[in-house]
Amino acid sequence: MSKFKSKKDNALPAVNTASLPDIVFMLLFFFMVVTVMREDTLLIENRLPLADQVEKLEKKNPISYIYAGKPTAAYKKFGTEARLQLNDKFAEISDIQAFIDAERAALREEALIPYMTISLKVDKEANMGIVSDIKQELREANALKINYTVGTGSALDN
Amino acid sequence: MAKRSAPEVNAGSMADIAFLLLIFFLVTTTIPKDSGINRKLPPIEENDEDVVIKQKNIFTVLLNNKDQLLVEDELMELKDLRAAAIKFLDNGGDGTCDYCNGEKDPSSSDNPDKAIISLKNERETSYSAYISVQNELVAAYNDLRNKRALQIGPSKGFRDMDFVMMEKNYKDVKFLGNKDKLKAVIDQIREEYPEKLSEVYSK
Repeated sequence: MSKFKSKKDNALPAVNTASLPDIVFMLLFFFMVVTVMREDTLLIENRLPLADQVEKLEKKNPISYIYAGKPTAAYKKFGTEARLQLNDKFAEISDIQAFIDAERAALREEALIPYMTISLKVDKEANMGIVSDIKQELREANALKINYTVGTGSALDN
Repeated sequence: MAKRSAPEVNAGSMADIAFLLLIFFLVTTTIPKDSGINRKLPPIEENDEDVVIKQKNIFTVLLNNKDQLLVEDELMELKDLRAAAIKFLDNGGDGTCDYCNGEKDPSSSDNPDKAIISLKNERETSYSAYISVQNELVAAYNDLRNKRALQIGPSKGFRDMDFVMMEKNYKDVKFLGNKDKLKAVIDQIREEYPEKLSEVYSK
């Protein structure tokens, strides 16, 4: 009996992995399409509050980002109070006007200046003091279109 | 000489390469959160003359340093703010507003055009509380505008479309309807319920 039975029959047949590259490619393409490279490296904590009456930020108009929040653990030496971040570094409130001017100068067309939106990405733990100061500086710089960027969810859960 | 077929390329490592790329994109991906509440800041202008506004046309919302909400000098829960704001805006006390559904209480706002919401916060107020309040106030305006849009929409050829939907469609390039007509309806509703939200700068 055992003479005719080959050893091979006992072992489980190997799973066919020929379609594995196809599956992986499919996932790969998905992530390649949805990927947006991070614009700024965040030095601060940035958990956005939630709201449900949101409008989409229109990509066709130029957007500048202003971040604020508590410095992350790696930057503890800057304190625990909410700080302002412009581009890739910490900034003072007084730097905002120069920042807005630089952003405006970087635009392709001058005609776009009135459409420039300032997206405020502020950590939900931050105080309104820093936000009020930012808003006042933006008024001084005549950059009046702002957007409080938030996550989508019920505002009552904040 | 006999033609030899080219040897087949070994594709066994294709999966590995694809995995490598996949992991790279997985790690670098951030799904951007690009939505929020749009606001327009008031321009700075030297304005010495004081505009006299009747006290009854102002709806004061105060958010103190403990994130407590004080509406018209009374403590209020956040969840009741939207209804209170709608009641104030939609009051129509002087009877000139024929589309208002409010109580026409003479001690509350005259009409939506005169009604102003004044939002004041302190420096120690948390940002999340501020956003929640902003959100509820925007929601109050949106609720009123939606109701109005559903009323006048059908006669203008936009059935079952509330105000938020109208704005979305107006921005949507794929929208098939008449955009000029839609714009007229949106402008009309905006005029009937203008967003008059004044904020006090807290030094």
